[in-house]
Amino acid sequence: MTAAPILKLEHLGVTFPNHPVFSDLNLTIRQGEFWSIVGKNGVGKTTLMRTVLHQLRPTHGQVAYLPATNEVKIGYVPQFRNIDADYPLTIRDFVGLNLTGWKWPWLSRKEREKVQTILQRTGLEAIANRPIGQASGGEKQKAYLAQALVEAPNLLILDESTASLDPVTKTELLDLVIELNESLHLTVLFVTHDIPMARKYSSQYLMLTPNGAEQGPISGLTQEKVWEGENV
Amino acid sequence: MFSYEFMRNAFAAGTIIAIICGIMGVFVIARNMSFLTHTLSEIGFSGAAFGVFAGWAPLNGMLLFTVVSSVIVGQLSARSERREAATSAISALFIGMGILFLSLANKNASYATSILFGSVIGISAGDVQQMLWLSLLVLLVVFVIYRFLKFDSFDHTGARVKGLWTNTLSVTFLVLLALSVSVAAQIVGSLLIFILLTLPAATAKYFAHTVGGMMVLAIVLALIGVWSGLTLSYVTNYPVSFFIAAIEAIFYFIALGWQKLQTAE
Repeated sequence: MTAAPILKLEHLGVTFPNHPVFSDLNLTIRQGEFWSIVGKNGVGKTTLMRTVLHQLRPTHGQVAYLPATNEVKIGYVPQFRNIDADYPLTIRDFVGLNLTGWKWPWLSRKEREKVQTILQRTGLEAIANRPIGQASGGEKQKAYLAQALVEAPNLLILDESTASLDPVTKTELLDLVIELNESLHLTVLFVTHDIPMARKYSSQYLMLTPNGAEQGPISGLTQEKVWEGENV
Repeated sequence: MFSYEFMRNAFAAGTIIAIICGIMGVFVIARNMSFLTHTLSEIGFSGAAFGVFAGWAPLNGMLLFTVVSSVIVGQLSARSERREAATSAISALFIGMGILFLSLANKNASYATSILFGSVIGISAGDVQQMLWLSLLVLLVVFVIYRFLKFDSFDHTGARVKGLWTNTLSVTFLVLLALSVSVAAQIVGSLLIFILLTLPAATAKYFAHTVGGMMVLAIVLALIGVWSGLTLSYVTNYPVSFFIAAIEAIFYFIALGWQKLQTAE
């Protein structure tokens, strides 16, 4: 049985002054799918993600969440965050930041349990009380992932989140994401330049090029195709 | 010492200031707003001078100037790349205006000194009450928006993605900061107010690793500074702001040394 759509891009286009980024983009993403978004720098991958996150208003078309906007919770993991060595919060506290709402300043027992569960799930439990500023690059990315997941999103966006990681850590992180994708039926959008990783983990791809977009099952994506796309 | 009413008032005011600065300071440090806080304190000086010129209580002049300017500063420095330059320009303008208002008000240099460096003997029971109400207002707003403010201050990227109203939060925080600056300037003076709003929290950051823990430690450090400063000032007759500045700076340098030792291990 085909899963229900969770996100639909309909004739989507974004134009900056005198510079169209992309136009007439149509895409249906279904629950539980793992999409890789590829393409060279400047073709609009980040612009597309900002549009999906409603941080940017499209010039044409629309981004529709299904069945309704308030039922789709998005978790977003960026490549960088301003967290230097002096950043004081523990990993546990950093993850809990995402629990907002008109509530008491302190976390309730239920919220603390939520944080604990996601720390266990992401393998951060043992170092949960370590300041995140002193964590390694991979541990930080896991903490960003845990923070994005603490509110139980149904759509997870990894925006070049693995770009600065070494191959072992990258694989470890994506193994974790695919496990969550399979066990929780979590929909994933993975923005990346890493074609082998995209092929290993995704089920579909969307390739943005200066002249349009191409999409399909991941088996159709090759490094050569991306290079060709770059030279269009 | 406590047989004098002015010392009782100074200790009550100092305690309120330490609490408010400990809490707000944690957000100031997390939002990298030390320089902006310094600017707000200079704007406070200008506001106090305007209050004197207009025949108002200096605190009311401070409140007017700091609250209005915090909104303007917030708008001008929305883009981080121009924050430093915009803040410098505003700082220069307001110091100049402060000097002008003092000159127009025909007040002598010692009056300017008491605005700039604070005064223990000038605090009445009425001042303490006004500070208490203002501080309670700040604390109430912080309490209500605490989780949003915490998220935006400690992880601006995450808060933006979550769709929190980060611009509104930023302006609200600046207004709260303006109120805190006006309250705290009563004792340490407008020139040195940023000491209590930055150093205790900056020190606490090296020892506590939760937001609540940082706040408690920052309040304790601010209380030690203010109470010791008031006592030493009473005993020696030297300015209270000197002692508070020296104590808080020593705490900060100890924290830096401790951090260096930890890193070296």
